[in-house]
Amino acid sequence: MKSALPLATVVLAILAVWYLAAALMNAPLQRDLFSNAGRTDYSTQDLVGASLNMERPKLPAPHQVAGELYKLIFATSPTSKRSLVYHGLITLEETLIGFIIGSALGIGLAVLIVSMRWLDRSMMPWIVASQTVPIIALAPMIVVILNQFNVTGIAPKAVIAAYLCFFPVTVGMVKGFRSPDPLQLDLMRTYSATRAQTFLKLRAPASAPFFFASMKIGAAAALVGAVVAEVTKSEDGGLGARLLAGSYYGQTVQIWAALFAAAALSAALVGLIGVAGRIAQKRMAFVP
Amino acid sequence: MTPRRLAELLPPLAFGLAVLAIWEAGVRLLNVPAVILPPPSAIATRFATSLPTLAADFRQTIQGVLAGYIIGSLAGFVVAVLIDRSEFLQRGLMPIGNLVSALPIVGVAPIMVMWFGFDWQSKAAVVVVMTFFPMLVNTVAGLSGAGSMERDLMKTYGADYWQTLLALRLPVAMPFIFNALKINTTLAMIGAIVAEFFGTPIVGMGFRISTEVGRLQIDMVWATVVVAAVTGSLFYALVAGIERRVTFWHASYRAKEA
Repeated sequence: MKSALPLATVVLAILAVWYLAAALMNAPLQRDLFSNAGRTDYSTQDLVGASLNMERPKLPAPHQVAGELYKLIFATSPTSKRSLVYHGLITLEETLIGFIIGSALGIGLAVLIVSMRWLDRSMMPWIVASQTVPIIALAPMIVVILNQFNVTGIAPKAVIAAYLCFFPVTVGMVKGFRSPDPLQLDLMRTYSATRAQTFLKLRAPASAPFFFASMKIGAAAALVGAVVAEVTKSEDGGLGARLLAGSYYGQTVQIWAALFAAAALSAALVGLIGVAGRIAQKRMAFVP
Repeated sequence: MTPRRLAELLPPLAFGLAVLAIWEAGVRLLNVPAVILPPPSAIATRFATSLPTLAADFRQTIQGVLAGYIIGSLAGFVVAVLIDRSEFLQRGLMPIGNLVSALPIVGVAPIMVMWFGFDWQSKAAVVVVMTFFPMLVNTVAGLSGAGSMERDLMKTYGADYWQTLLALRLPVAMPFIFNALKINTTLAMIGAIVAEFFGTPIVGMGFRISTEVGRLQIDMVWATVVVAAVTGSLFYALVAGIERRVTFWHASYRAKEA
């Protein structure tokens, strides 16, 4: 844990800057509030203290966000529509369904691309090009189109999550299946291994590091997809819907709380995949 | 264009045309309503007749994309060079940089819209936040890329820190920096378009997509998506082209020439 001390220092510095910024950004607003209330006898200390505890600050102070998170996660019943657990679970469900479908399709297509030359030559350039295109722009349209077929609720969001997760997983897995070097492939040929055997015994195990890297990117992309989809169709709830509601009603503390909840969800998913990857790669002797 | 290059281009082109043909034929034969999926010909017609609107949207969005991209990438690069001399800061900042790259940063869009207003400035701010960390992480990784042999050589020349940085370590870091610049082109487009879902003046690609979806003018949405896709690809191609000129010495390009 050589980085524990530097990390703690940097986190503390960020918090300090955050408090300073909150005080500086909110002070003008708070000064207006004071003058509207007819108060002129406040000290600088009063001003700073009040700026850090406003109801609708420009930038909420860290303790306000922490308090809001505590209130909405632990002190609110998980079935209430105000609870972040309620909305977080909706987002998590969409993300997981989308992630599983998207990565399964991505891996499936990667297998096809690696085993069929004409698919590789005709389709791969498009898949690579799709990485340079803001495919998220299609999200609102997918929600509406699925709506025409009476697909509502979490399904359309899961579809968008799947579709954002799909492309990076395909690209990563094609790279992974191609990662064995020619020497190893030649060895398989001298064993007169069939293509299926080469795939199962060499290409698939060799792709393990790429698999876990792709899963991490895919999970993060799926969550972004779910959140953006919730913004475009917000009546079913979810963290994205909380973001939008907060921005409509100027509830900045609520926006920040929803943002942190989404960040924690994403970090937890990616972290879990990272741990699973480390265990698996240790067993497969990729890392000592 | 050499015949070989042409042969490489042919299969993807054929595939793309086949997809368009199947799309057009399928929509017409199955009588798919235009609110679900308009045929490519309808999208092309709409594209041609709405050029002024599309151009105005493009101008609005590209301002935020470019301003944010330049500021964010530059800031990430400068911070990376500044913390390069302090191992302590690197150890503290790198885990955070890596963590942030997995977070749904587009979520800061409503906050930025509140801080900087509806116009392109708030979109640029979202793009700055999104592009900063990939550049920081990649530049720091690139700056540590020079081998100890080369560093020792610079030391025997009596080169000081800045000379080593400019003559050895920055050139070595260039592939990493361009990698971040390429990732950032896509992130910048995504950031600007999604930020427009949260409020804009009545112009911009994200605004157009969300309002035309509401009015069920799906062909206009597709036309805007075409503009976004072409812009994203050209932006990427531009950066990749500059990379090819700057890092012509890199193994991945030399191999292709031979």
